[in-house]
Amino acid sequence: MRALPHIVRKEFRQISRNRVMLPLLFLMPIVQLIILSYAADFEVKNVNMAIVDLDKTVTSQRLVSKFTSSGYFTQVGSFTNVKEAMLELEKENTDMILCIPKDLDADLNSLQPVKVQLLLNAVNNQKAGIASNYSMQVINAFNADRLKNMSLPQGVTPLSVDIRSEYWYNSELNYKTFMVPGILAILVTMLTAFLSSINIIREREMGTIEQLNVTPITKFEFILGKIIPFWIIGMLVMTFGLVIAYLLFDITTAGSLLTLYAFLAIYLIAVLGIGILISTVTETQQQAMFITWFFLVIFLLLSGLFTPVDSIPEWAKFINHFNPIKYFVEVMRMVMLKGSTFADISYHFLVMTGFAIFYIVSAMRSYSKTSG
Amino acid sequence: MKQYFAFVKKEFRHILRDKRTLLILFGMPVAQILIFGFALNNEVENAGVAIYDMSGDYESVLLQTRLENSEQFYIERECQTTECIEEAFRQSKARLGIILPQNFGSDLLNGAKPAIKIVSDASDPNQAQVLTSYATAIILTHVKGRATVVQDVPIVSAIPRMIFNPELKAVYMFVPGVMGLILLLVGAMMTSLTIAREKELGTMELLLVSPLYSWHIIFGKVTPYWLLSFFNAMVIVSLGILVFDMPMNGSVVLLIGSCLLFSLTALALGIFISSKANSQMTAMFVSMMGLLLPTILLSGFIFPIENMPLPLQIVSNIIPAKWFIMIITGLMIKGSGMNVIWKPVAVLVLITLVLGVAAVKNVKPRLGE
Repeated sequence: MRALPHIVRKEFRQISRNRVMLPLLFLMPIVQLIILSYAADFEVKNVNMAIVDLDKTVTSQRLVSKFTSSGYFTQVGSFTNVKEAMLELEKENTDMILCIPKDLDADLNSLQPVKVQLLLNAVNNQKAGIASNYSMQVINAFNADRLKNMSLPQGVTPLSVDIRSEYWYNSELNYKTFMVPGILAILVTMLTAFLSSINIIREREMGTIEQLNVTPITKFEFILGKIIPFWIIGMLVMTFGLVIAYLLFDITTAGSLLTLYAFLAIYLIAVLGIGILISTVTETQQQAMFITWFFLVIFLLLSGLFTPVDSIPEWAKFINHFNPIKYFVEVMRMVMLKGSTFADISYHFLVMTGFAIFYIVSAMRSYSKTSG
Repeated sequence: MKQYFAFVKKEFRHILRDKRTLLILFGMPVAQILIFGFALNNEVENAGVAIYDMSGDYESVLLQTRLENSEQFYIERECQTTECIEEAFRQSKARLGIILPQNFGSDLLNGAKPAIKIVSDASDPNQAQVLTSYATAIILTHVKGRATVVQDVPIVSAIPRMIFNPELKAVYMFVPGVMGLILLLVGAMMTSLTIAREKELGTMELLLVSPLYSWHIIFGKVTPYWLLSFFNAMVIVSLGILVFDMPMNGSVVLLIGSCLLFSLTALALGIFISSKANSQMTAMFVSMMGLLLPTILLSGFIFPIENMPLPLQIVSNIIPAKWFIMIITGLMIKGSGMNVIWKPVAVLVLITLVLGVAAVKNVKPRLGE
């Protein structure tokens, strides 16, 4: 093990001498964390609404103003026929068209139910669903206003319940609180996976690996020496990220930091193991990069960072059992937001330890000191 | 021109000789689009519920059965304390907790409005809200159905019609998004490496002493990758249509044209990066770390751009994928013509020109600078 500190020192020197890479390594993740956290927001705060009012009575105007005063909708235009309004929908100048039929007022007064039509741009299915939900709420409120003045028939007990909802852990429903730990997890993963996956292949392409191969360094020392510097960088970037999360987004870790860092330590070993493994089985930096990218994108989009993992199909859930990013994103959110304890995440811990051992051993086995 | 074609031929040989990279280049986008098309789903389904039923009478059991039979929920555990719900949240086993009060059934039937409490794990605020509203709707419909006399009053009801995507398929959003992501990143990564690679391996010197102009080198580098990228784009579009039932309502010629344009944007970006980078490592780091998350987050692929703070909405305008996604959804889903998509097309042309000019200016036919 005497050679180990020397390799670590060599790696650090190499990193710190690259004047272009060094600032990129730290700045890129931090800048992205700050900027992108503001971008990730699902909450639909405003739905643009075009109106086709064929009734033009006080009642229809009351319905329209019920929409605009709800706070969800902004009126962006009023049209006399649906065709014109549809062009606006296609150009994305409006998200929704509210079509009020000709006899709204007359029908309601003669005790006929009335149907108004909502035309929603559903290319983004989620947004359309939310806008349609908002509209239902507005129309229900409109109906309730009208019903207030009517009386119930004798002898009928209205059945109703009083539903109260509580939002735990994030009562203000702040989306950033949810996204920042996840984005930080991804950035740390990308950085360490990238650095480790092209490291050895780079030495091979530049020919410097030969010099290492003729030294008496053992395979174990070599791999460990490659891992330690990146492991430290990963820990550092994570720490910066946590400080920024606290200073800028006011997110503190609800659970124990020790648990979080213990998991991170194991996780980084697993990710670096994967990187080194890729580095030993590829022929060029280009290949290493593309393979890393391939797995990163799949793991990232399946990780549950953006979309709920409960609703993916069974086969994708199966893939997810082998997705380290999924475990890390989950643990970050559990420990940071919900204060989950070591016992709560023990399963994640166990799986990650398994990954770490598997990838490091595989990397060591596939690395060969003999060339050709 | 002769030199140019000779150079293109050399580049093609380079690419075709590396069978592994070739396999990755074509296999990867196909695998990714298949996985995402089938797996990505922003619907909230199958969420675990922890129920704490204090009454355990006929009505409350009936309500539980109703929840259990819904598509959105399954009952993960039955609790006897609130702590038990919290534990289920901490272990991420349940997303929602429902607390039914004592004497639920008798209170309900007497018209005494029993108070039901719905607690949710709002560490994911979006999901928590959606689940709470689902559960509320299920409970209210169920309760309404228990009434013996149904009131009939004239009311206004809304018929929502989902234009362009009547079945509310998530694929309609994900296919254009993943397409933009893959084309941009593969294109930028491929080209950003080539020049940096020639520099690193020392073969750039050979090119510089040859009678090639710097535009020969750049266009010669771009041409083969342009064809490859375009081929990739066509494969992804066909997969979208054949496998995921994406419609193709607009003009195919325009679609082909915009894929060619966007591939060129990606390549220009790559060349620009490689003209600045001093090594393959830097080039890759910038094109991968620097492009992946911004393209996902700022292009409107997952998060709606109009929700973002104003400065970010402005920044999103320089993300090429944003404009490409607009063009693709316009052409494929909405069946728009040039009268609607001219603006994103014009912006993409502009971005490509700016990047292209910057790249040509930056690739210096000299060493040691």
